[in-house]
Amino acid sequence: MGMLDYGFMQTAFAASGIVAIVAGIVGVFLVTRGQTFAGHALSHVGFAGATAAGLAGVSPLVGMVALTGGAGIAMGLLGERIGNRDVAIGIVLALALGFGLLFLHYYTSFATQATALLFGNVLAVSTGTLAVLAVLGAGTLVALGVIGRPLLFASLQPELAEAKGLPIRLLGAIFMTLVALTVSASVQIVGVLLVFTLMVGPAAAAERLVSRFGAAATLAAGLALAEAWGGLVIAFYTDWPTSFCITALSGIVYFGAMIVGARRS
Amino acid sequence: MTAAIALENATIAVGGRTVLRHVGFAVEEGEFIGLLGPNGAGKTTLIRAILGLAAPVSGSVSVFGAPAATGRAGIGYLPQVHSTGPEIRLSGRDFIATSIRGNRPGLPRLSAADRAALEEALDLVGAREIALRPFNRLSGGERQRLLIAQSLIGRPRLLLLDEPLISLDPRRQREIVELVRDLARSMRITVLFSAHDINQLLGAIDRVLYLGNGQATLGPVEEVITAPILSRLYGSPIEVVRTGGRIFVLSGAQEVEADAHLHDHGHGHHHHGS
Repeated sequence: MGMLDYGFMQTAFAASGIVAIVAGIVGVFLVTRGQTFAGHALSHVGFAGATAAGLAGVSPLVGMVALTGGAGIAMGLLGERIGNRDVAIGIVLALALGFGLLFLHYYTSFATQATALLFGNVLAVSTGTLAVLAVLGAGTLVALGVIGRPLLFASLQPELAEAKGLPIRLLGAIFMTLVALTVSASVQIVGVLLVFTLMVGPAAAAERLVSRFGAAATLAAGLALAEAWGGLVIAFYTDWPTSFCITALSGIVYFGAMIVGARRS
Repeated sequence: MTAAIALENATIAVGGRTVLRHVGFAVEEGEFIGLLGPNGAGKTTLIRAILGLAAPVSGSVSVFGAPAATGRAGIGYLPQVHSTGPEIRLSGRDFIATSIRGNRPGLPRLSAADRAALEEALDLVGAREIALRPFNRLSGGERQRLLIAQSLIGRPRLLLLDEPLISLDPRRQREIVELVRDLARSMRITVLFSAHDINQLLGAIDRVLYLGNGQATLGPVEEVITAPILSRLYGSPIEVVRTGGRIFVLSGAQEVEADAHLHDHGHGHHHHGS
């Protein structure tokens, strides 16, 4: 049987494809704004959300969207005051993982899912989850299509954007909400600990290779897609964990782009 | 004739601290005003008030006869630099292009008219070549030139330039001052140009607006940069020495303006500090 004769592989390709494209594009804004660490912390908040949801008998994805969304809005509204500070973010990250551990402790049958949550399990994505991912992805892209121009302006020149009447705090909060949704979707593919691999790796590589913002966003989406699907193919034939294969490709592409980018400038 | 900028009995506070107290002055249209004063005197705060970003607690701040408000057309603004530029390799041209209709929803795309306005602004400051290079690789002077081009997009009537000379060497400082002076004259733009050292602006400005101690004094350089007025604005005895076409503002034996300049180099990253 070929790879695509398996239903779970079809679902895995569709799910990772949707998530990769969205994560690549959101990632370019995240890198431009210098908020990659905040994105990483949001995924850990997602861990607490997912485990709390498990404890409450709700779908982990719902718990993750709710908690990361709330944390994203808070980070965005706090803005520069704590939103971009490494120490505050790092402590939130640790605290969230700690709470996740506590929730797991009280919901022992959930513990088997902990590995899937931390490292992803794209082969186990259900068609129901796939539909949710499609809606999350489409919603995020539509929202970025609306706020893209002001968000880029506010990211690069906040003082000027403020003077032009842009609500930069609100924009930051909306963007962090979109990051939260993208993180929640990415966790379904590569897990809490590896969201960087789809959200930051391709975007950072793209920004070293091209200088136009639109080109960087397109390239990041393409790279993320290639890495996700390439990872699935490699995993299928080697039987290595899919998340490892995606992470490996993401790392190779990023460091390759670093070398190419450094040679050119 | 309506004043370009008018403050009437304006009191402006930032985070609970009163920065300007019952200040009044009027800048006429077409004037090139040098904005000076010690650190923390409120130069940035005044500029933010004119932009509508810091509402007066009492009194009024008006621009071309209407109350100051954000998002008004006809105002070009160059904020004080406090970052090393973006992490991404955007060209200078693409960087400043983000400000064009940057407050409108949609994707960041330029229309033909936008591109024409951008080219025009780049030509005005002679920055077509500079604009092709990555913004985060440009020197301080090249960046300021590009940001001045950005502030000219859409032909503003008023330019607010917050410390555009910081971290430039004296030759580049002179180039920027002369560039702004020539543009202001040929395009009849009113300019408020904040600086640390009056000598950087001598010969270019029409009048000086000196802030200090919550107060402001607007007038010709020879009338404002005097021992009695500066002593009042600094709140301590100040001596003014004119020699060789330059002006030295001294407190005791210390040269206060030059000190302020050095001080700011050491702490160049503070936000809206003054």
